[in-house]
Amino acid sequence: MTTLTQNAGAPDAAVANAAITKVSIIVSKGSLEGIYPALILANGARMEGIEANVFFTFFGMDAINKARHDHIKVATVGNPGLHLATWLGGFPGMSAIVTAQMAKSMEKLDIPPIPEFIEMIADSGAKLYACKATVDMFDLKREDFIDSIAGIITVGDFYQMAGGGQIIFT
Amino acid sequence: MPELTAVARTAEGFLARASDWDRDLATELAAEAGIGPLTDRHWLVLDYMRNTFLVKGDGPTIRTLGKESGVAIKELYQLFPKGPAKLAAKIAGIPKPHGCI
Repeated sequence: MTTLTQNAGAPDAAVANAAITKVSIIVSKGSLEGIYPALILANGARMEGIEANVFFTFFGMDAINKARHDHIKVATVGNPGLHLATWLGGFPGMSAIVTAQMAKSMEKLDIPPIPEFIEMIADSGAKLYACKATVDMFDLKREDFIDSIAGIITVGDFYQMAGGGQIIFT
Repeated sequence: MPELTAVARTAEGFLARASDWDRDLATELAAEAGIGPLTDRHWLVLDYMRNTFLVKGDGPTIRTLGKESGVAIKELYQLFPKGPAKLAAKIAGIPKPHGCI
């Protein structure tokens, strides 16, 4: 009881400055700009010796879908950051052109394409998971995913494995 | 032969001058980081990192390291569990890598 009341006041400085030892990253979007930040965060965590889990849900699951992960595109419509007129962004092939341009600049920085990046992250010891609810909803099977995922798990499983770490939603 | 206690280092423990480095110092740096004894596999990575730094002025990315050092990513993390790029750079006596990848 005494310990509880002692700690109830201002946050402990040691806790406030504690190093991050584990992150669980949720990938919910299926566009190139929706997937890369999560992969860079996951890879960066492992590079720092931080434990990392990556949970792919909804369209974010395209990143680990064998048939789709090589065809992830930049969203050219509804993406004001591109500074491209909406009607132009909707032009056939526009998404492919912008994606190809971005791939070129990323290659220059030695940022791998998504399939290679995912394998790198799996090899680094991070655990990759597909979301069970989405798998059921899209009627997918284990065989639809790349071999290196650790499993298809429920949201309950996700919270359990995220315990004691930070959760990042992208 | 410089001793670890005698060389200048950054706040994070990287050597301030890459030229201070030698193989004995690497062994000391590794021991300090909880890695060791250094095997041929460790040396393959360390030599590759040091050579890349001497040629290009910066250490390799983890992707390049995995592709070209002769040690694949999976093994890199077994050799340097607390983060291969940074830890290997420290032991190889080169500055902390600047990239995010």
